[in-house]
Amino acid sequence: MSTLSIIYAALFYVAFATMGLGLAVKIKSYAMTPSPLKIPVMPAPLTKTGVVFRMAREVAFFESLFKSNRWIWILAILFHAGLLLALARHLRYFIEPVWGWVVFVQPFGIYGGMAMVAGLLGLWARRFLVERVRYITSPSDHLMLALLVLIGASGLSLRFLVRTDIIQVKAFFLGLLRFDIQALPAEVPLLIHLAAVAILMIVFPFSKLLHVPGVFFSPSRTQVDNAREKRHLAAWAAPMDNEREA
Amino acid sequence: MADQQFETPAFRELRDNPPIKEGVMDHSQPYVAKPEHNEPLGFPGELVENWEEKAVAKLGDLLEKNKALRVYLDSCVKCGACTDKCHYFIGTGDPKNMPVARQDLLRSVYRRHFTTAGKLFPKLVGAKEMNKEMLDDWYKYFHQCSQCRRCAVFCPYGIDTAEISMAARDIMDHIGVGTKYSNEIIAKVHVIGNNLGLPQPALVNTMEGLEEDVEEETGVQVKFPVDQEGADVLLITPSADFFAEPHVDGLIGYGKVFHQAGINWTVSSYASEAANFAMFIGSYEQMHKIANRIRKAALDLGVKRIIFGECGHAWRVAYAFLNTLAGPWDFLDPKYPRPQHILEVTNELIKTGGITLDASANDDKVLTFHDSCNVARATRMGDVEGGQFTIPREVIKASVNKFVDMDPQTICEKTFCCGGGGGLLTDDLIELRVKGALPRMEALKDVVDNHGVTHMAAICAICKSQFSKVMPYYGFDMDMVVSVHQLVSEAIQLGTKE
Repeated sequence: MSTLSIIYAALFYVAFATMGLGLAVKIKSYAMTPSPLKIPVMPAPLTKTGVVFRMAREVAFFESLFKSNRWIWILAILFHAGLLLALARHLRYFIEPVWGWVVFVQPFGIYGGMAMVAGLLGLWARRFLVERVRYITSPSDHLMLALLVLIGASGLSLRFLVRTDIIQVKAFFLGLLRFDIQALPAEVPLLIHLAAVAILMIVFPFSKLLHVPGVFFSPSRTQVDNAREKRHLAAWAAPMDNEREA
Repeated sequence: MADQQFETPAFRELRDNPPIKEGVMDHSQPYVAKPEHNEPLGFPGELVENWEEKAVAKLGDLLEKNKALRVYLDSCVKCGACTDKCHYFIGTGDPKNMPVARQDLLRSVYRRHFTTAGKLFPKLVGAKEMNKEMLDDWYKYFHQCSQCRRCAVFCPYGIDTAEISMAARDIMDHIGVGTKYSNEIIAKVHVIGNNLGLPQPALVNTMEGLEEDVEEETGVQVKFPVDQEGADVLLITPSADFFAEPHVDGLIGYGKVFHQAGINWTVSSYASEAANFAMFIGSYEQMHKIANRIRKAALDLGVKRIIFGECGHAWRVAYAFLNTLAGPWDFLDPKYPRPQHILEVTNELIKTGGITLDASANDDKVLTFHDSCNVARATRMGDVEGGQFTIPREVIKASVNKFVDMDPQTICEKTFCCGGGGGLLTDDLIELRVKGALPRMEALKDVVDNHGVTHMAAICAICKSQFSKVMPYYGFDMDMVVSVHQLVSEAIQLGTKE
């Protein structure tokens, strides 16, 4: 077992813990903070089932973004759907035996990786080419795109340029799952790929990646349109009822 | 600022986005409230000591109380979807009027003080201190948001800039920096019961005048009762309806509808205001206080139903907030929505034959309809999704033979604000109001030129006042704006049904 393996094992434990704990803290604060008023953006569903469908359309198809801007929508779908396929492909590194659908999805994962990088480059280009988007872009927005492109490009290069011993990579990650550190191959693109993923996991709960849990807690989308039928009252506001004259 | 010099924006041929012009609206701000406007609301009279820390502390307080604020401040990815959606950006080109840039004024302070990344790497993530320069930007640009929620429709996360600007205004009020316009009006409501400061005798006088006018014109005795105990219906309507044009023609319309349907109604001099301006300043406490005047009036008069007149922000507070702020309404008749919109009442009466309309009375007009932003995106009418779009149109079409909708990108949920909502309907902001009306004026111009539209109906006191004021800047006649119930008033057949 090399120093390299130990460093990367430690890196992934730290990354996993940071992302897990960080997200848990954030999600808890989103869930626990009350909404004082009913603020769904109308027209909104009249039932909880309706809200589930609204959210499903929003999360799966980016419905509002589709209404808003076709270019951002195409690029965002390319990136997110590509990422989803790539992630599905990578499941094989964490399970043994590999599930049937994960085997099936393997070739699509490669196309996913390409779509992801293409989408990211398109989104990045917008940050330079569109005056309005350039104005609202911070250095962190460029860094986030750079990190994601690095992950995608290094991943693709492992498929097309510098092959690595993926059997051993899998052994390393299965080992991590049972706290048994195994040797990690030392190809440079692999090390870049893994380090970038670990960094992404670490910054996840401190960055705009919080839109991932955030979208599920957005009152303008998740609230049911039933304000007249059902009284909605936040605990902190309830005592005010005692102060009124009538 | 009566001597403000500015150019009315030109109609854009292709509806393309304006180029960015940094700082072009940097001079626009409403009059600052004086101590006599702030103190009655319990706010500090003027900028307090240590206001920087106090502002940050108030932000912390709001983050604990409002999920939306917390989630919206974290979730933005700067995708740019909202950047061309705000009427104030379209009309001015000032980049700080792009919704995301407006939010970032608050988000940058949030990041600096409430996030790890902002504490460690402020430059990297755009985190900034709360300082004088920031406060000035807040005061200017959070008063260039009419809280119309159009950006929220298009945001992939539903981030509603209205929530952010309400929070920012609440924070500013708590350090002694409010607007004269809103705070003076709110103080008036607490004492007198309406935004105009119209006391009971003046209200009675006005309503008697309306009775005389209607009788003179129609020969029918239509009552406009004030403080009538035991009435079935309490009408809560924006106080502009009592005297402003074209608002008052709408009020006459409500009176005729009630008369013809045999509904026994009254207004209250204690709660003689539908518009709850506390929403504009983002103050739950003030909003609660104003809303509960309605509860008290309803109990004192012993009414069974509450009906709201035509008013956009008022209907938001009524439809979406009133049950929360002043409910439960268990003492009202459960057969009717609590509260109900006058258009729901009129529409139902048209459908059931409770009133009869002769649309040919309005044959001199070709109508279009301006969806008021807060009605469209924050409320509903009727019992199906989107009733707030269909019901007003059904009532208009029953009252008028010729109706044309404007560009679909500018109506219903995508409607543009009139440019004067959210506490900005003040002459010190006239440049902003004129420029912000651009997208609506363009859509109106299309239907005027191509379909011969002569009138635009609205269901909001602010829209009606704003359009009357700014339309002449765009070469339209101010009388083009009408109340929906003004059309009903013309078309309704009085006394034909016994």
